[in-house]
Amino acid sequence: MSPPAVSCHGLIKRYDKVVAVDGLDLEVAAGECFGMLGPNGAGKTTTVEMIQGLIPPDGGTVQLFGLPWEGNEADLRQRLGTALQETKLPEKLSVIETLRLFRSFYRKSVSEETVLELVQLQEKRDSWVNKLSGGQRQRLAVACALVCDPDILFLDEPTTGLDPQSRRQLWDVINQFRSRGGTVVLTTHYMEEAEQLCDRVGVVDHGKMIALGSPKQLIAGLGAEHVVDFAVAGEAVLGDAELSALPGVTRVHHEDGHTRLTVQRVHQTLPALMALVGGRNIQLAELTTHHATLEDVFMSLTGRHLRDG
Amino acid sequence: MTGDRLSPLWQLTLWRTREFLREPEAVFWVFAFPIILSLALGIAFKNRAPDNVKVAIPAGAGAAELKAALDANGGKKLETLVLDSAEAYNRLRTGGVSLLVIPGEPVTLRYDSTRQESDIARLVVASALQEAGGRRDVRTIGEVRVTEPGSRYIDFLIPGLLGMNIMGTGLWGIGFGLVSARQRKLLKRFLATPMRKSNFMLAFMLSRLVFLTLEVVSVVVFAWAVFSIPVRGSVLAIAGVVLLGATSFAGVGLLVASRARTIEGVSGLMNLVMMPMWICSGVFFSWSRFPEAVQPFIRLLPLTALNDALRAVMIDGESLVGVAGLLGVVATWGLVTFGVAFKIFRWN
Ligand SMILES: Nc1ncnc2c1ncn2[C@@H]1O[C@H](COP(=O)(O)OP(=O)(O)OP(=O)(O)O)[C@@H](O)[C@H]1O
Ligand SMILES: [Mg+2]
Repeated sequence: MSPPAVSCHGLIKRYDKVVAVDGLDLEVAAGECFGMLGPNGAGKTTTVEMIQGLIPPDGGTVQLFGLPWEGNEADLRQRLGTALQETKLPEKLSVIETLRLFRSFYRKSVSEETVLELVQLQEKRDSWVNKLSGGQRQRLAVACALVCDPDILFLDEPTTGLDPQSRRQLWDVINQFRSRGGTVVLTTHYMEEAEQLCDRVGVVDHGKMIALGSPKQLIAGLGAEHVVDFAVAGEAVLGDAELSALPGVTRVHHEDGHTRLTVQRVHQTLPALMALVGGRNIQLAELTTHHATLEDVFMSLTGRHLRDG
Repeated sequence: MTGDRLSPLWQLTLWRTREFLREPEAVFWVFAFPIILSLALGIAFKNRAPDNVKVAIPAGAGAAELKAALDANGGKKLETLVLDSAEAYNRLRTGGVSLLVIPGEPVTLRYDSTRQESDIARLVVASALQEAGGRRDVRTIGEVRVTEPGSRYIDFLIPGLLGMNIMGTGLWGIGFGLVSARQRKLLKRFLATPMRKSNFMLAFMLSRLVFLTLEVVSVVVFAWAVFSIPVRGSVLAIAGVVLLGATSFAGVGLLVASRARTIEGVSGLMNLVMMPMWICSGVFFSWSRFPEAVQPFIRLLPLTALNDALRAVMIDGESLVGVAGLLGVVATWGLVTFGVAFKIFRWN
């Protein structure tokens, strides 16, 4: 069996006061798409940059394809494509010149025109980078990652700030890359993205992996598939005990005047909830239901939203 | 998959060159600034005829006759004013006139003997008074007036300005380019590729050499056309000195920018490095004016050695062998700074 594409153990990174990454373990199989999910400052970027050998870890080990960085850097760099979170590409180079620059570093590569087509930037071929929109720049960054025909692709928030259409386009690019056997490690804030793209997802918080599994497994781990979210009008209060006693409710959570019930079956819980509310003469100000998502997983694990710091 | 391999060094050099060429203001300043500076300084310090000799006669009995005698015999260079007595003394004190001629028998010359122009005025006035009194020259003396290219201030200045430019482009060009790439996390992105670090640094140096060559040629041609600066050394020797200087200062630039995280930080450092050399290294005036005790240190500065070598080759027509010692100093700086920069360079 081939060694895992990524394997790291007990990864630690400290900055002055913060522990950015706190003893993190991770394995990503070759050909897998792994997503790292977590709020701002969770340690996602620090983790993927340590895996890529760009930041020295304060503790722990990293191996790519069974090889440690030390002694294999020249080889591993040939096989790795990356789009970092904060890189700004040279402003005064055209798209094609930028790709050519990056291609020149590699022994094995794909032609500039091919990757341009892949990320659909053909019509911007000769535009300077400083004339590109934010989304176009991000696509160019991904193109720079792909131009070396990598075995493993690291994408740090590749779709943040993209419009839905560009985001879908990029998902296609990633799926195409995977269909040729490529391994992908990406970080994201978008649940939908992780659920769509990733075979497995790791939820990171405060530098630790607090949950790991396929999106389905994680959601199933909630013990319930749906969420009922409501707010009552006026000063009325419904006690947690009453709500927990409703049929199928596995969890009750209050936030900003809203109450969220994690439930197994909406059609059983909802009538009981309405009866409870009606019996007490309470008016509902809002009521929504949705399928449980990774966002709900994150909230049930941490009590916070993913988007909050 | 493509078969053709691109040269990373060439692509990196193209990148640096394009980034510069596509910044019109930068191009303008790199080429216009040295020319404007040499033009301004060249005009300001153009070799002028010495100033007229100005003397004053306090008003009173005999003043008018004295003035007439001086005007008749002092020649075109002597300018005589008759002034109210207090005013005349005041002008002598403040340097408005070089000497007072006080009428009487005998005529008295009042002047400060420590002032050079006063001493000259004394000779001119004394001679005019003697001639007015009837002295005859006993010999005729012939004169040839010359202005020798090569010994004028502008001839001293232009090689110094070239040296200063070589230092400036090396430091600013490389310093800003590197620190802004670091700030933009571009260095980190390159670090993630198999790019060779030496290629990256060489590209910065090479692209600088391209511009510097153009810059130097434009200044030399300008100085030659406008100020008839003599270019006595061989073009190859001059080019050799310029290239070596540029490479060495590129090394200094790499070192200065090797760890700075911000443009402000690197600007401060660069000024700190360049300021002493602007002053001490013989750009505007010779370093031999500094006390003997500090001269050995001044001569070890890279810009001092470069300026001396440039002057020797350009103005005195030395060969490269003749300035080998100076070039050794310049090269040592380049090698050491490049080596240290490579070791301590910060990619994040
Ligand atoms: N160079 C640094 N110096 C000091 N602290 C740092 C540095 N880089 C990161 N940190 C800290 O480490 C923690 C993790 O940062 P990291 O960038 O890995 O988070 P992230 O999960 O990628 O967040 P985001 O979603 O905002 O990109 C944060 O608290 C951050 O402030
Ligand atoms: Mg991040």
